[in-house]
Amino acid sequence: MSPRTFNWFKYSSPTTFYPLAGKLVPWFSTLAVILIFIALYIGFYVAPTDYKQGEGYRIIFVHVPASWMSMFIYLVMAFWAILGVIFNTRVSGMMVQALAPTGAMFTFLALWTGAFWGKPMWGTWWVWDARLTSELILFFLYIGYIALHSSIDDKRRADRATAILILVGVVNIPIIYYSVEWWNTLHQGASISVKSGSSMASTMLIAILIMTLGFWAYSIAVALARVRSVILERERDTHWVSELAEIKR
Amino acid sequence: MKEFLNMGGYALYVWGAFGMTALLMLAEPLLVRSRRKVTLRQVSSLVRSKTVQRSIKPSTNTSGDLK
Amino acid sequence: MKARKKRLIFIFVGLVFLGLASWLVFNALGNNMSYFYSPTEVVQKKAPEDHLFRLGGMVVEGSLQRGQALTVRFAITDTANAVNVEYTGILPDLFDEGQGVIAQGKLNTAGIFVATEVLAKHDEKYMPPEVADALEKAGKMKTDVPATELQNDS
Repeated sequence: MSPRTFNWFKYSSPTTFYPLAGKLVPWFSTLAVILIFIALYIGFYVAPTDYKQGEGYRIIFVHVPASWMSMFIYLVMAFWAILGVIFNTRVSGMMVQALAPTGAMFTFLALWTGAFWGKPMWGTWWVWDARLTSELILFFLYIGYIALHSSIDDKRRADRATAILILVGVVNIPIIYYSVEWWNTLHQGASISVKSGSSMASTMLIAILIMTLGFWAYSIAVALARVRSVILERERDTHWVSELAEIKR
Repeated sequence: MKEFLNMGGYALYVWGAFGMTALLMLAEPLLVRSRRKVTLRQVSSLVRSKTVQRSIKPSTNTSGDLK
Repeated sequence: MKARKKRLIFIFVGLVFLGLASWLVFNALGNNMSYFYSPTEVVQKKAPEDHLFRLGGMVVEGSLQRGQALTVRFAITDTANAVNVEYTGILPDLFDEGQGVIAQGKLNTAGIFVATEVLAKHDEKYMPPEVADALEKAGKMKTDVPATELQNDS
């Protein structure tokens, strides 16, 4: 086995992953706080007013990062689900379980901040266009995963059953992203894209990007902290858990 | 300061959006922390009760060590 | 065969059916996935004649007329065709001539679209007022939502 493969498989055991996650949480938490505060500062004090939406457009600094996170976290869950199906590792299912609540939260925030932005600008809190509807479906997918997983007592079985749900739902992600291109929607097209750059002032763009990084660091910190509880819950009957300092206390 | 809070007339919407964001992103880590506390308590007492069992009946096989 | 193998086959077949069902649903929805009809589609009689639908486009410059109380009349265009609209109610903040709009309503016998709801559609451009002014002076910002943008090119 090459050294790299060996390293990965070492951390696929809960025994080694648990302390690693514990060490990483404070770093990512600190990074998240710093990045979010920088983004807030740029977003409120440096970025200019918008010529059409005035100060109201500033919702973009949480709406876009939350929306990106809602989709990205789902893809990460799908990635771990595939790993779990192929390699049958325990940690994969635990990571999916740890990520879901955070993904659901960002999806809710995308919908909530979107509604608070739509009301003054479009004139309505909600429309059933392709973009908003598919994001709502994403929220239902997260809730569906959480409900299904918690309803099955055997967590390894729950991992396998929910893996199917997650992987079938993945088709929703490109639908959300390309909905504004494929169909006529009320939601406007992309302001930021890899192939055509951005259609906004650079300070606005920078604030959005830094906030996105901050949300990403936050997600990692929260998911790694949560997975430690998931590991303890699932591995409660093992010897290594009974030997932990925080258990022996 | 007043202008900042007023957000050009969009105060309700901007602070409604940012407020919910701040609320959830502060609540979530707190919930994760309390989950850990609960889990530690439950697992500790489970382990302790098994240790007690083991010291009473030395011949009983301990469950789950070789999962 | 072993129970495990049976289960895998069951799951696989289930997934194939699910994929098929989704494809069918999205195909059927395909036409309904678009949130609005364009003025051209209305002129070509592709829009419903007898029930509510949504009409999207740009408010024609100079077409806005305010009637009694909250009644307004204006025209919506996609630069190829235009439709006259009549609406009674409050208009959103961003509603303006030369801006994008999506109206929900019905065509009356005179061919006028009587709207029950008017929403403003804005584009994906964000910039400070000075930049907007400069672009306007340079003639590079004739309309806020050019015809090509109405179909969400990105």
